[in-house]
Amino acid sequence: MDRFSWTTGLLELGETLVLQQRGVRLSDGEEKLKFDSGVLLLSTHRLIWRDQKNHECCIAVPLSQIVFIEEQAAGIGKSAKIVVHLHPASSNKEPGPFQSSKYSYIKLSFKEHGQIEFYRRLSEEITQRRWESMPTGQAMQVNKDSRAGRIRAVGIVGIERKLEEKRKETDKNISEAFEDLSKLMEKAKEMVELSKSIANKIKEKQGDITEDETIRFKSYLLSMGIANPVTRETYGSGTQYHMQLAKQLAGILQTPLEERGGIMSLTEVYCLVNRARGLELLSPEDLVNACKMLESLKLPLRLRIFDSGVMVIELQSHNEEEMVAAALETVSEKGSLTADEFAKLVGMSVLLAKERLLLAEKMGHLCRDDSVEGLRFYPNLFLTQS
Amino acid sequence: LPQAKYKERGTVLAEDQLAQMSKQLEMFRTNLEEFASKHKQEIRKSPEFRVQFQDMCATIGVDPLASGKGFWSEMLGVGDFYYELGVQIIEVCLALKHRNGGLITLEELQQQVLKGRGKFAQDVSQDDLLRAIKKLKVLGSGFGIIPVGGTFLVQSVPAELNMDHTVVLQLAEKKGFVTVSEIRQSLKWEPERARQVLEHLLKEGMAWLDTQAPGEPQYWLPALFTELYSQEITPEEAKEAMP
Repeated sequence: MDRFSWTTGLLELGETLVLQQRGVRLSDGEEKLKFDSGVLLLSTHRLIWRDQKNHECCIAVPLSQIVFIEEQAAGIGKSAKIVVHLHPASSNKEPGPFQSSKYSYIKLSFKEHGQIEFYRRLSEEITQRRWESMPTGQAMQVNKDSRAGRIRAVGIVGIERKLEEKRKETDKNISEAFEDLSKLMEKAKEMVELSKSIANKIKEKQGDITEDETIRFKSYLLSMGIANPVTRETYGSGTQYHMQLAKQLAGILQTPLEERGGIMSLTEVYCLVNRARGLELLSPEDLVNACKMLESLKLPLRLRIFDSGVMVIELQSHNEEEMVAAALETVSEKGSLTADEFAKLVGMSVLLAKERLLLAEKMGHLCRDDSVEGLRFYPNLFLTQS
Repeated sequence: LPQAKYKERGTVLAEDQLAQMSKQLEMFRTNLEEFASKHKQEIRKSPEFRVQFQDMCATIGVDPLASGKGFWSEMLGVGDFYYELGVQIIEVCLALKHRNGGLITLEELQQQVLKGRGKFAQDVSQDDLLRAIKKLKVLGSGFGIIPVGGTFLVQSVPAELNMDHTVVLQLAEKKGFVTVSEIRQSLKWEPERARQVLEHLLKEGMAWLDTQAPGEPQYWLPALFTELYSQEITPEEAKEAMP
C-alpha cells in the first residue's frame, strides 16, 4: 500500500476514465485497512480509489506500477477479489497514506459485484499501456510546487495558503461534480437498457405495436438522446416535436426565403434560426428532422437534396428548373461564367450558385470547361446549334 | 380468437414497459435537475469536464447533442453551448473560404472562433470544436474532419475528398506545400495519379500553384499559411513595414 499517492481524483488532460465501480474495499496484502467502502475508478493512466463517505480521501496508483493481476472467486461471506501485484514504489513518488508496507500486493474486494468487468477492463488497460502514448497535463506539478514554495518568506505563505484553499475548493467542486455525474450516468444507463428491451419487443412484434405507442416511445428516446435504428427504419426519426418545429419554421422562413430568391441552404437556415432564438437552440439534427416533414405536412416550404448532398429549403412556389432558364440567359449574355462570377452577378451564395449551374448542366443547357483555372460554364451549343 | 388474445397480451406487455419507462424518465429528469442545480456551471466553465461528460455519455450509448429538446440540452444547457459554437464555426469558415478553398486547420479555426466570441466569453477547446463539427455534418454542406500530422483540417465545402486527396494533404502538412516528386517518393505513385490529385485540389481552391519555385512547381495549401508562416499583424505594423 506504500505505492499509493494522495490525489485530488481529478483526471488530468489526456487521461480518460474507463470504468468505475462502487462498493470496493482496499486491503494491504492480507491486512484490512480503514479503506472500507469506496469507488474504484480505472483510467487510462491510474487506478484511483475514493472513499464514499469522505470524498477528500482519494488515493491513486499509476497503472505502470502493476506487475500482474489475479482473480479470486467469491466464497461464502466473501466477495470476489482482484489481487494486484505491484512494483516497488519509485523514489520520487508523491506522498501517500503509507510510507512502507510489508506486502508487494494489494487486494480489491468487490462488495457490490462488478469484479468480472473490472478485471477484464483492467487487463485491457495494462496490456494496451495507453498511458505511454498519452502524456498527461501538468496538473500534479502545480500542487507539488506550491508545497515546496511554503518555505519562502512568511508574508507570502498566507497568500499561498489562500490560493491553495481556493484550489482545493475548486478541485473539491469538480470532484463532487464528477462523482455526482457518475451516479447520474448509472441511472441514465438503466434508461438505455430499458429502451433497448422495449425496442427489441417492437422488432419482434413487427407492427403489432400501435402508432400511439410508437410516438410515445420515440419521444422518450428523444428526451434521453438515445438513437434507435429499429424505429427509425420503420417510422422515421421525426416526432411530435419535430412536427411542431416544421410548422414554426414555415412561419419563420417565409420572408427570409422570399428575400433570397426562394432558396436557402440548410446551414444558412441553421444560423438564421439559431441567431434569432438566442436560447434553446435547435440541434442540426432537429432542423433536418423537422425539414424532412415539411412536404408531408403540406407546408409552403420543402426540403431538397441535390446530387452533391447539399441540402436546401425552397419555397413551394420556387421552381429551380425555371431558374435554370434564367441562369442560361445570364450565362449566354456573358459568354461564360464560373460559379463565383455567377454568384456575384445574381446576388446568391456561391454554394447555391454552383448547384444551379450544375443543375443547368444536368438538364443539358450548359457545358463545362473544367481546368486548373476553375470550373467554367458555357451555353451548350451542341444542343442549340446542331 | 386465441390469436387475438395473444395479440392483446403482447400489446399489454409493451404498454407496461412503456409506462415503466415513462415513470423512470420522470425520475431521471428530477435527478438531472438536481445535478444541474449544483453543477450546471461546470459544463460551461470547464472544457475538461465537458470531455468527461461526453465520454461518459458515449460509453452508455447516449447522445446529449442529438436534440435541443433532449433533457441534457434543456436542463444542463449542453446543447446551447455546442449549437451556438456550430453557428460560429459556420460563419468563420464562410468568411475565410475565398482564401483557403474551404479547408482550415483546427488551430486557426479555434483562434478565429475565440476572437469572435469576445474577451469575456467562455473558453472553447479543440475537443469542443470537433464535437460541434461532427454535428454539423448532418446539414449536408460538406463539413468534415481530416486528420493530418498531429492535428486536423476542417473541411466546410461539399468537395469530394477521397483517400488519395487526404493522403496528399497529410504529406503537405509538414511544410505547407508538396511537389509531384515528393508524392512519388513518399507514396510510390505514378506521376499521373499525383497530378490528378493535385489538379483536383487546385480546382477546389484548396491548393495554390507556385510555378516560380526552384526546381519543380510547388503546390501550397493556404489553409496552412497562418499555422506555419504568417503572423497576425495590426494595420499599424503593416504600415510601418511598407517602404
